Amino acid sequence: MAQKKQALNIDADLARRLLGEMMLIRRFEEKAAEAYALGKIGGFLHLYIGEEAVGVGATSVLRPDDYAISAYRDHGHCLAKGADPRRAMAELFGRRDGLCKGKGGSMHLFDKTVNFLGGHAIVGAHLPLAAGVAFAIKYQGGDQVIVCYFGDGAVHQGEFHEAMNLSALWKLPVIWICENNRYAMGTSVERALAQPEIWRFGLTYGLPSERVDGMDVLAVREVVSRAVERARREKVPSLIEADTYRFRGHSMRDPAGAIYRTKEEVEREKQRDPIVLFRDRVLEAELLAEADVRALEKDVNDRIDDAVTFADASPEPPVEWLLTDVYKEDAEGV
Amino acid sequence: MAKLNMVKALNLALLQEMERDEDIVVIGEDVGVDGGVFRVTEDLHRKFGGKRVIDSPLAEAAIVGTSIGMALYGLKPVCEIQFSGFSFQGFHQIENHAARYRMRSQGRFHCQMVVRMPYGGGVRALEHHSESEEQFYAHIPGLKMVIPSGPRNARALLVSAIRDPDPVVFFEAKGLYHAAREDVPDEIETLPIGRAHVVREGADLTVISYGAMLRVAREAAETLAAENGVECEVIDVLTLSPLDRETLVASVRKTGRAVIVHEAPRSFGPGAEIATSIMEGAFLSLEAPIRRVTAGDVPFVGFARERANVPDVARVLAAARDTLAY
Ligand SMILES: Cc1ncc(C[n+]2csc(CCOP(=O)(O)OP(=O)(O)O)c2C)c(N)n1
Ligand SMILES: [Mg+2]
Repeated sequence: MAQKKQALNIDADLARRLLGEMMLIRRFEEKAAEAYALGKIGGFLHLYIGEEAVGVGATSVLRPDDYAISAYRDHGHCLAKGADPRRAMAELFGRRDGLCKGKGGSMHLFDKTVNFLGGHAIVGAHLPLAAGVAFAIKYQGGDQVIVCYFGDGAVHQGEFHEAMNLSALWKLPVIWICENNRYAMGTSVERALAQPEIWRFGLTYGLPSERVDGMDVLAVREVVSRAVERARREKVPSLIEADTYRFRGHSMRDPAGAIYRTKEEVEREKQRDPIVLFRDRVLEAELLAEADVRALEKDVNDRIDDAVTFADASPEPPVEWLLTDVYKEDAEGV
Repeated sequence: MAKLNMVKALNLALLQEMERDEDIVVIGEDVGVDGGVFRVTEDLHRKFGGKRVIDSPLAEAAIVGTSIGMALYGLKPVCEIQFSGFSFQGFHQIENHAARYRMRSQGRFHCQMVVRMPYGGGVRALEHHSESEEQFYAHIPGLKMVIPSGPRNARALLVSAIRDPDPVVFFEAKGLYHAAREDVPDEIETLPIGRAHVVREGADLTVISYGAMLRVAREAAETLAAENGVECEVIDVLTLSPLDRETLVASVRKTGRAVIVHEAPRSFGPGAEIATSIMEGAFLSLEAPIRRVTAGDVPFVGFARERANVPDVARVLAAARDTLAY
């Protein structure tokens, strides 16, 4: 047993934290899906279910003063970075106590208190922003880094290539994490990229680049940790391609997702469930006991139930808020 | 004749035009095998194959840019941008190239192409997924900007847009896709681009609108007739650019009053151009300032406040009554 524990190379506290965070994100989204079905959440809702190990593994090697920025599938990244699930849920519900006063919603979560620079709905468009943040960190002599998450779909866009080049050229402390779940809506990587091994694009621009099993939270942790060190100490950016899979449809409006992928494929991929895999590993290594896992589960369920209650109780933003926050309200002419 | 919603009507236009003309190709994200997010291109891939119904990578600049190249050679591409909010990723191609090729080459080259995109509210989503930004396109010389208001005129205008020798940006109101079904004739119909349509005659007030807001304008007109005995003339603009000033001016010369309704933000929006055109052409007939009922000067906020942002019947009624009482 001691041998197994060593093989995992983490302690019980960390195991509990990683497992707990993945479970929290999973539960948060299961509840969000229920709320969506009840009409409490409007618009589009993109679930991260199946991909939790990427956000949790990556964030676990960041410092609180490091930054993260993401696309529209952003609940997991935002929660992993430390946002309050109650305020995140309230935002999804469009309520005034939400992270963005209920005026944004699922795709545009922001939380300045945890340096989460937001979800972005325009695919690929937030990559140059991450480069800019990294530039500013370096400019002011800081040693923070920024992690930028994006999907395989962003790689189709010019801005991905522009940002890779620029970050390498200017030596910026950014970690590019491509969450390759194999589909951009209904388009598979093979049908969209002439060169489908995404991590290789980084090599073209001279970035340290590698692929990692995105269903293995420890593997993600290790790879990102190396990249963070490089970025922090040497201002060298990295590209990491995390091989992952979304268990649900592209959004709640595409729940089956059956047109572009087979049921068999989805079922097969669900065997790689990052939470189940990690839970089994820590149990096997006796880092945690069954009772610990049950306690974690209960804690997570309670916290998310509380988040839903909080969101339900929060009022809608008042009509006057419609026109606020467009400009700084008390700005004098400069 | 079949009763079709706007999705099916647009699909019919594409299908019939593609059958008629082999140079027409459809290109966009998930338009082929999948049939499009809003299903407008459903079954086209099955009927015409991947050579003519092309699934593109997620790259708007490339979608529009390659469409322009195809058009320069002589094809007639109809490209789809998934939501108008994403079109800015390809905006420079539309603005710098599609709109200018005819003039730049002194008429030697031109771009016969359509850029279709869903726009507007009604899906309770935020910003790019709900915004109305027709003003950007209407402002560009060399482009035509068309916005149908229902299944039948959508079908006819899309056929006209495909046949138009110049580039057309074609906005489809998401809120209308499944809103109503209309009789759509089996045989191909066209509608002239650049022509507004008087959908209700009246002598007291002109209400001008287009797209999803037309329904709001019409409902307000019916309410005014029932409650105030006021007869509104309702005009469906249909083509924002080039604007049919003649029809607008003729109406206001008769009524002396106008209210303009659009979902786009107010400042520098289509209402400003329409109002000025009326002022220029019907100044001496005006009995009251022209009123605009629009969305606020604000990025489209999330769903909880959508209702407060987008014009509704009550706001149109208030503006109309104000104008009438002036
Ligand atoms: C510029 C732009 N074009 C199109 C869309 C519509 N759209 C939203 S998500 C998506 C697929 C993105 O896939 P990927 O980047 O792989 O992220 P995933 O959904 O798999 O997490 C598309 C086409 C968009 N949001 N932005
Ligand atoms: Mg993807």
